[in-house]
Amino acid sequence: MNFLDVKDLKIHFPTDDGLVRSVDGLSFGLERGKTLGIVGESGSGKSVTSLGILGLHKGGRARLSGEIWLDGEELIGASSEHVRRLRGKKMAMIFQDPLSSMHPFYTVGHQIIEAYRIHNDVSKQVARKHAIDMLGRVGIPEPARRVDSYPHEFSGGMRQRAMIAMALSCDPELLIADEPTTALDVTVQAQILDLMRDLQREFNSALIIITHDLGVVAELSDDILVMYGGKCVEYGTTEDIFYRPEHPYTWGLLGSMPRLDREPTERLLPIKGSPPSLINVPPGCAFHPRCPYAERTKGKADTEVPALAETEGGHLVRCHLDRAERQSLWENEIKPVLETQ
Amino acid sequence: MVTYIIRRLIGAVAMLIVISMVTFGIFFVVPQWAGATPEALASRYVGRAATPETVALIAERLGFNDPVVVQYGRFVKGLVAGAEYDYGAGVEQCPAPCFGYSFISGQPVWPDLVDRMPVTFSLAIGAAILWVLAGISVGVLSALRRGSFFDRLSMGTALAGVSLPIFFTGMISLVVFSYGLGWTPPGGAWTDFTVNPAQWAYNLLLPWITLAFLFAATYARLTRAGMLETMGEDYIRTARAKGLRENQVVVRHGLRAALTPLLTLFGIDFGLLIGGAVLTETTYTLPGLGQFAILAIRNQDLPQVMGVVLVAAGFVVVASLVVDLLYAVVDPRVRLS
Amino acid sequence: MSDNEPLLSVRDMEKHFPVTKGLFKKQVGAVKAVDGISFDVFKGETLGLVGESGCGKSTTGRLVTRLLEPTGGKVVFEGEDITHMSQGRLRPLRRDMQMIFQDPYSSLNPRHTVGAIVGAPFRIQGIKTEQGTKKAVQEILELVGLSPEHYNRYPHEFSGGQRQRIGIARTLALKPKLIIADEPVSALDVSIQAQVVNLLEDLQNELDLTYVVIAHDLSVVRHISDRVAVMYLGKIVEVADRKSLYSVPMHPYTNALLSAVPVPDPKARKERERIRLTGDVPSPLNPPPACRFHTRCWKAQEICRKVEPPLAELATGHQVACHFPENAPDQTPAPAATAG
Repeated sequence: MNFLDVKDLKIHFPTDDGLVRSVDGLSFGLERGKTLGIVGESGSGKSVTSLGILGLHKGGRARLSGEIWLDGEELIGASSEHVRRLRGKKMAMIFQDPLSSMHPFYTVGHQIIEAYRIHNDVSKQVARKHAIDMLGRVGIPEPARRVDSYPHEFSGGMRQRAMIAMALSCDPELLIADEPTTALDVTVQAQILDLMRDLQREFNSALIIITHDLGVVAELSDDILVMYGGKCVEYGTTEDIFYRPEHPYTWGLLGSMPRLDREPTERLLPIKGSPPSLINVPPGCAFHPRCPYAERTKGKADTEVPALAETEGGHLVRCHLDRAERQSLWENEIKPVLETQ
Repeated sequence: MVTYIIRRLIGAVAMLIVISMVTFGIFFVVPQWAGATPEALASRYVGRAATPETVALIAERLGFNDPVVVQYGRFVKGLVAGAEYDYGAGVEQCPAPCFGYSFISGQPVWPDLVDRMPVTFSLAIGAAILWVLAGISVGVLSALRRGSFFDRLSMGTALAGVSLPIFFTGMISLVVFSYGLGWTPPGGAWTDFTVNPAQWAYNLLLPWITLAFLFAATYARLTRAGMLETMGEDYIRTARAKGLRENQVVVRHGLRAALTPLLTLFGIDFGLLIGGAVLTETTYTLPGLGQFAILAIRNQDLPQVMGVVLVAAGFVVVASLVVDLLYAVVDPRVRLS
Repeated sequence: MSDNEPLLSVRDMEKHFPVTKGLFKKQVGAVKAVDGISFDVFKGETLGLVGESGCGKSTTGRLVTRLLEPTGGKVVFEGEDITHMSQGRLRPLRRDMQMIFQDPYSSLNPRHTVGAIVGAPFRIQGIKTEQGTKKAVQEILELVGLSPEHYNRYPHEFSGGQRQRIGIARTLALKPKLIIADEPVSALDVSIQAQVVNLLEDLQNELDLTYVVIAHDLSVVRHISDRVAVMYLGKIVEVADRKSLYSVPMHPYTNALLSAVPVPDPKARKERERIRLTGDVPSPLNPPPACRFHTRCWKAQEICRKVEPPLAELATGHQVACHFPENAPDQTPAPAATAG
């Protein structure tokens, strides 16, 4: 049993327009000290997944099913009070936009102290010392002075550091970072990614990093889960996903990205169409309307949902094409184009 | 922060000067544009019974024949240093602050205003406490249980509260609670707080509730809207992710941000109200500033009308100044700019 | 690309926003959003403008299209000085110079149909087309990969990528010569970004367009640009053709930027040599004196704090403003150094 085990997680929201299947049968596991990257475009369900694990999915209307096991405890069946006690202590989260994610009326220190004192019965002075200590550990200069600053007095990078300090204040064992660097400049992004890598080593926590940026997951992740239309379409080690990807959607993502580490291509290889709305997920394989190989599935593309099948060594792929065909497509058609670029 | 305060203070003073000019203009300059002679202005001071000779004399004595600037200067001087009104038969003293002298009542305006302030203050303060408490709690609960029976009921009631005028709700409640059930005193009852606090509160109970109902309705709707917006903010999600209890999330993180915009509205509402709750005071025949204004208008007592207008405008300016300063305390981002 | 007259020529362009303080709003300083930059854009080429937030790249875009008026320097478009031209006289020029904005959600009026949005330039400029505006608009819609049937639909019926296509269609309506694209793809999903990047390139080939692409994403800029200018705190620190800028970057800041981009190659992460800048970009209100990068630069020496390095041509078409460039000999502060 892993430290975190998610089994057949479904998060559905009934709306006036129909049932939104934000997350539709997602399973994965994660060990302490390991990093899982969840990659997907807008509406793939990646953010809802993380909110679901923390029990923060919106409102009582959401329908949750499946199992979430954290350190031997099941969370979906647990009382919301119990999950609240774990939030911030055993599992914490870092959000995308540190400016809007911090309360504008309270000092940074106040917000860290608050987070610490919910879970630790200590005096304000002790909590304040801890907050200053945390700010120093995430690389904020003059933490004893900056502790009394308001979020708007910090730069973007400093704010994200403060967010990280707040999330780590109770030494969580599971840390979820939802697009932690998307709102930041490149040089600051690099600093934050380094910081997260170092802190994870130091705290030995399990880290889930949610992003649309394949570069970011390549830097940090041990394993990668690619989401599309609320489902996992490919799962594997970072090497699997970058060097032996088997799902046409993963190929599409790799082909869409202009890359600095290769000679520039004449043209990018985009995926046609747009990501589906989660109200009207295409029948059968959700990716089939955008898949260039949909005709090769002998009519199954739009009728049958492909199973997430293991190829080898824990590499999972949800695709109707047979393995041999996928491998030959990758080796002969996709990889050469991506690499001779 | 200090510059901010000073700038707001200067702004408030400038605003008061502009208000005094505009008020002065409305009562003295605009009528002249419309063709009123100095005599016609003077006749408003002495009432209609006076002879044309008296009127002409008064017009001269009061300086209505002087240039407008001189008249305004005299008016401001009166405010600051007091004035004397010489109308032939004798000299009337009008000590500072002189808001004018009513020849109809035979008294300076200011003491009359001061006499009536406690009534209006009492009415406004009590009602404000009631409507803030009721409006905010109903608004918060409605927002947290959006779409529930409670939400629909309270928002329906709030809609009624916003649309029903005070003379209607006031009359109905007087008829039912005072004359029908006898639970509350009839209209016109007023006891000063210093005389008997219990009686003071008992007498004002119905006016408070009537007035508060109107405002609570608006505040409930605005609080609800503000809470719905705030509770969707990212920092609320952060607060929950920290493991805060839901009530802490709502009160410390949600309410604080949702109520800040209401502060501005409250300043203006309260400022307006202490300048005279005209409808409530008239309905319940309470001897406050609002009733004073109505009587002054009915009697065409120009100095009194002008006095009450100036004082009311002054209250609004002061109240919004206080609110602006409070705002800087509540929202640290204001202090920067 | 041609070596004749540039289509757009910018010289020592400045934009200082005054900062006031105190009771009497006395001006105490200025945000030097753009502080003396010069560059040329030649017909048919794409110039990429990269930098981090606050470097002045977006302000530059707004200055050359005269959505803002420069506080100093000169902007010349097609041989005509437009730096301080009145809005009335600018109007005919607006046909030739168009802007694409970042956010495809907020830059389209939700109450107007696609036909009205894309057709607006015709109406504003009072242009009669041969077969009527509708036909012309439908042709443009097809050109950007939308269907002519979309004419009567509203923006909210479209996905983000399609909305950006509508925004592009609007700018193309009057067959402009120069398009300034400010972060044209950064609000889009990865798979959609590639579609729009390809579209921009196709349109450039078909319609002989000239682009200035402003973006923070170095890989997108490399893909789309012929030449690239790197900005830092209101200054251009390096300009070069794409190949030499990305393969032999000379300014330490450019090196740091390139090194900071996460590479989607897990093996490379272990091998790569990284340059990590410390701290954030300083405020453009009080930029560091002399070389503005010296506070974060690992090569900075005394001279960097004292003498501002000129933008000098160190290789053909490769200009750098640095005393101690990488991949090139040190630029000792000889008085002979000339600005390029």
